[in-house]
Amino acid sequence: MDARTNARSPGAGSGEIVVSHASVGMFDRGGKSLQLVEDCSFLAERGLFTVLVGPSGCGKTTLMNLIAGYIGADAGTVRLDGVDVKGPGWDRLMVFQETALFPWMTTLENVAYGPMVRGIKTMPEIRAEAGALLERFGLGEFKNRYPRELSGGMQRRGELARALINDPLVLLMDEPFRGLDAMTRQLMQEYLTRLFEETRTTTIFVTSEIDEAIFLADRLVVLSRAPARVAAVIEVDLPRPRRFEQLSSPRYAELKEQALNLLYAEAAAAFEETGAGADIKEAFERRHVAD
Amino acid sequence: MAAPTSLPGPGSGPAGARPAARWIAFFQAMLGISIFFLSWFLLVDVFAVWRFAQLPKLSVSLREMFSPDPTFGVSVFTKEYYDHLQASAGRVVFAFLIAVSAGVVIGILSGWNRWFRAVCQPLLELARPIPVLAWIPLVILVMPSRESAVIALTFLAAFFITILNTMLGVRSIDEVYFRAAQSLGFSRWAILRHVVIPGALPFIFVGLQIAMAACWFSLVASEIVSGTAGLGYKVWEAYYYVQFETMVIMILTLGICGYISSAIIRRLGAYLMRWRGKTLGGVA
Repeated sequence: MDARTNARSPGAGSGEIVVSHASVGMFDRGGKSLQLVEDCSFLAERGLFTVLVGPSGCGKTTLMNLIAGYIGADAGTVRLDGVDVKGPGWDRLMVFQETALFPWMTTLENVAYGPMVRGIKTMPEIRAEAGALLERFGLGEFKNRYPRELSGGMQRRGELARALINDPLVLLMDEPFRGLDAMTRQLMQEYLTRLFEETRTTTIFVTSEIDEAIFLADRLVVLSRAPARVAAVIEVDLPRPRRFEQLSSPRYAELKEQALNLLYAEAAAAFEETGAGADIKEAFERRHVAD
Repeated sequence: MAAPTSLPGPGSGPAGARPAARWIAFFQAMLGISIFFLSWFLLVDVFAVWRFAQLPKLSVSLREMFSPDPTFGVSVFTKEYYDHLQASAGRVVFAFLIAVSAGVVIGILSGWNRWFRAVCQPLLELARPIPVLAWIPLVILVMPSRESAVIALTFLAAFFITILNTMLGVRSIDEVYFRAAQSLGFSRWAILRHVVIPGALPFIFVGLQIAMAACWFSLVASEIVSGTAGLGYKVWEAYYYVQFETMVIMILTLGICGYISSAIIRRLGAYLMRWRGKTLGGVA
């Protein structure tokens, strides 16, 4: 633990997640078994930003819950630095879809509680560190506010701070910017990119927004229609530090086209099989007719 | 993401509202109450409309209530008034505190533990709809004294309501908070202390308000049947001895007691749940 706690140098304090041949099923309300993730394998390499994209309802969140340890796999394994993941832990911290800051705690308390309940530092140390971190996240003036008094963007930054104060080996983000307005979302993407380029904490990020995915990712894992398998892995070789101007580069357009084609193929196949994903298929066709 | 320049401070809402808004709320409340008393005055005292003529007059009742030398021996200047008040208030506070302590513990257990809930919930759902009035004979049979029977009945009324609301409160907490707490390394005790209890608090306090009202209700019912003193007992006794003005005094006192006890719970709730920024409704 000591080796980790002071590791803020790029990549040093981060871990590597290996998901191999993982399958997760559940029973629906009718008692029918339903496969959510099937024989899914991928690697989230140390110090890289891995983005999972896939058609809606394909099992992305299930996969994240598996990595976080909230659910167990029926088959296959999830390993963090070679050790099987057995349950939730602060070495893999999740930033949830909607904010999960405790509404009954102030921003500072939210950030301080992780280290506090584990008792690894003294309270004044923790308060000082949490205060400094919030200052750095532009929340210094809001540390004694309750989450409802913060804007959506501030809440997400507060949640990032709550995760990062624990020096997690891996940061898990399940559509963390969902529900933010377009402007805030873009600012948060830029913010997260800068933060990642500074810390290089291994990050696994789920999104259904292709632009967001490519802008953030070092590696794009395109998932198949449900049950989730890996359809393809795309290396995003856009240079870092990332800038929004890169979104208009030819290489970016290529990557986007490649990813969209894969997603379209999955959506179309899902539509053939179950009638699901008709919206995606239709939208894609409309777009390409317009082109 | 421009930071809002002026955020509502903690404790905004009615408790910390501008003075003008508080005065307006006060006058609105007074308006409603005045309309009630004015109707009483007009229907009974002034016009003596049909059946309303049977009721005690407002003017006479109020004169009796604040008379140093009341016709029927009970006014706010007599010791007997405070004896009844103390007897009733004491029972309610005692029964309510026991019901809440036991009810919150059982409610949290059954909200949090699936096994416990599976055992408790059907029984609760069965016991809850039985009116307290129906329990009276059984409770009198089992309790050693009339006093303890009244307290037991008052307790029962609050007990089931508190359990149920607490359980619902725990069940209402979003799963993400439990997950976040688990990931951050909270122990079970820390989850109880920092997730379950604060998360269930809004429901618990709604339950406490309902429970308090139920306490006063079943207190009066059981005092009428089995009491030897108390506001409810006195209401019935005054009726029996045709001291209708005394009856009115006791009824008004019950209303005021109910209002004050409810206001205390609301205030406490608003204080404990400053993070919500809205109160549970109601004036005080």
